[in-house]
Amino acid sequence: MDNLEPRFRRVARFVSPVDRGFAAIVYAGSILFALLIIGLFVELVLGSWPSIAAFKFSFIWKSEWDPVSNKFGALPMIYGTVVSSFIAIALASFVGIMAAVYLSDFAPRWLANPLSFLIELLAAVPSVVYGLWGLFVLAPFVRTGLGPVLQHVLGWTPLFAGPIYGVGLLTGGIILSLMIVPTVTAISRDILVAIPRDLREASMAVGTTKWEMAMRVVLPAARVGIFGACVLALGRALGETIAVTMVIGNRPQISASLFAPSYTLASVIANEFTEATTSLYISALIELGLILFFVSMIVNGVARLMIWSVRGSDRTA
Amino acid sequence: MASSSEGLASAQLALRYAGLRRRRVYAMLGTGLALFCALLAAAVLLAVLGYVVAQGIGSINWEFLTQLPHPIGVPGGGVGNGIAGSFIMIGIATAMAIPIGLLTGIYLALFGRGPIPEALRFLSDVLSGIPSIAIGLFAYAVLVAPLKHFSAFSASFAFMMLMLPLLVRTSEQAIRTVPQVVREGALALGMSNFRATVRIVIPTAMPAIMTALLLAIARVTGETAPLLFTAFGSQFWEFNPANPMAELSLQVFTYAISPYPTWQAQAWGGALLLISAVCILSVGARLMLRRSQGLQL
Repeated sequence: MDNLEPRFRRVARFVSPVDRGFAAIVYAGSILFALLIIGLFVELVLGSWPSIAAFKFSFIWKSEWDPVSNKFGALPMIYGTVVSSFIAIALASFVGIMAAVYLSDFAPRWLANPLSFLIELLAAVPSVVYGLWGLFVLAPFVRTGLGPVLQHVLGWTPLFAGPIYGVGLLTGGIILSLMIVPTVTAISRDILVAIPRDLREASMAVGTTKWEMAMRVVLPAARVGIFGACVLALGRALGETIAVTMVIGNRPQISASLFAPSYTLASVIANEFTEATTSLYISALIELGLILFFVSMIVNGVARLMIWSVRGSDRTA
Repeated sequence: MASSSEGLASAQLALRYAGLRRRRVYAMLGTGLALFCALLAAAVLLAVLGYVVAQGIGSINWEFLTQLPHPIGVPGGGVGNGIAGSFIMIGIATAMAIPIGLLTGIYLALFGRGPIPEALRFLSDVLSGIPSIAIGLFAYAVLVAPLKHFSAFSASFAFMMLMLPLLVRTSEQAIRTVPQVVREGALALGMSNFRATVRIVIPTAMPAIMTALLLAIARVTGETAPLLFTAFGSQFWEFNPANPMAELSLQVFTYAISPYPTWQAQAWGGALLLISAVCILSVGARLMLRRSQGLQL
């Protein structure tokens, strides 16, 4: 069949009416799938159009969020989203990568499988459960334990100054870091496992310790992909909604202190959408969703390219 | 003369051994650090799980599982309507996601070369990264705003969108991993492409597809954000998907941020139910995956 003309081959493959009908149904399902995603984008743009028309680019850099007087600026939420996500990735990347190195190169098999499973289960814990735990366990701990200690040691920097409420940027960042550690670990481990055995054997053959092999040979070879795993985790953190909403304090302000309450793009939508009264207000909230859409599309695209460059594209990340 | 060169050599040897000892210590410390990080990640899970079990187990009884919520101040009551709502919404979402996801997966596996399938894969990856709250906004814009009416169906629609990327990519890969000889064998026996796909290829790929389906269901079971403005919640028994409906994770959220200790206790009970459901689904997916790996020819 290989020596048939490509056009003829296609006809030969799906020649009977049943097959043609089958192909048509398969096409229809795929087209529907594509339409759903395109529709998502179109609806978000249409929904946010009144707000885009009213505020233009000032929406992104104005910091006033006052529904009563119909003034909407997203800067405080962009700030809160970015800062909480960066706290999360700063805390999660080291632990996540180290855990992945352990699982790929050091763990005995009887330990590697259960540990991987536990860490992957961590990714499946519902967001609202993290939020509940964050609200009743982590936030009091930050208020009475971690916060005062940090303030005592680092209170001279603006980052750790001011009153400690318990809920705030830092608590939001910590909860997010717990949520994205499994992403970093699972993808990094897959990438490390995919690094060819030859490299490892060559390294051991010239007399490195196993640790030196992992740090100086395997990790550098996997560098781009692991960076991609962190970027992908960052993307998850940026869009995470419920857990953050419960612990970040929900106040549209920009404050240098990590103890201060803040707000994120996703949590504004979660909190205010059903209470939004004017159509401009609703439209402004949808525009926040559109910003989230673009940001997560770019972040995910970059992350996937990096991961694929090391591991190949045959697995869903 | 000879003795001094011997001394030099032994000094170098000693130095090298000292370096080796230092490197071995580093290696041990490093391995310990890596182990510590892996255990830390697992310990966080156990800490959260343990706390939820400890706080939630007291709330769980027959009444909690089967009754309607009571008004604030009236003790007792349950999340029965939320559990029913979760089943209904996830059931509808699954029923819609399976055909679309499977058909797209078949398309990508069978006709998967060229710019259009690549674009479709790209779209699917884009969708998998879109925050659930943005997908909730889409469901609102398509199904709630035009009808001026919150509904469970709009939540199912959002759930379906959340399930699709995983289903599409996994069913594509599962169908691809079915060896070409199996397919050619079926065709050689005179089967049409349709029958070969439906009767031979898909059943062979089924365990992997089921794994993805279970993981997708686990994912939406814990999803709360899009429900806020689609299903909206309800205080009553509601079985009509065209109306607002209660859902377990939404109830947990509402109770958790309420100032009433009785509601907060119920939030822990609901959280325990959610975690149990997700754990069962994840373990089920694992077992299914093992079966699928055993089946690969």
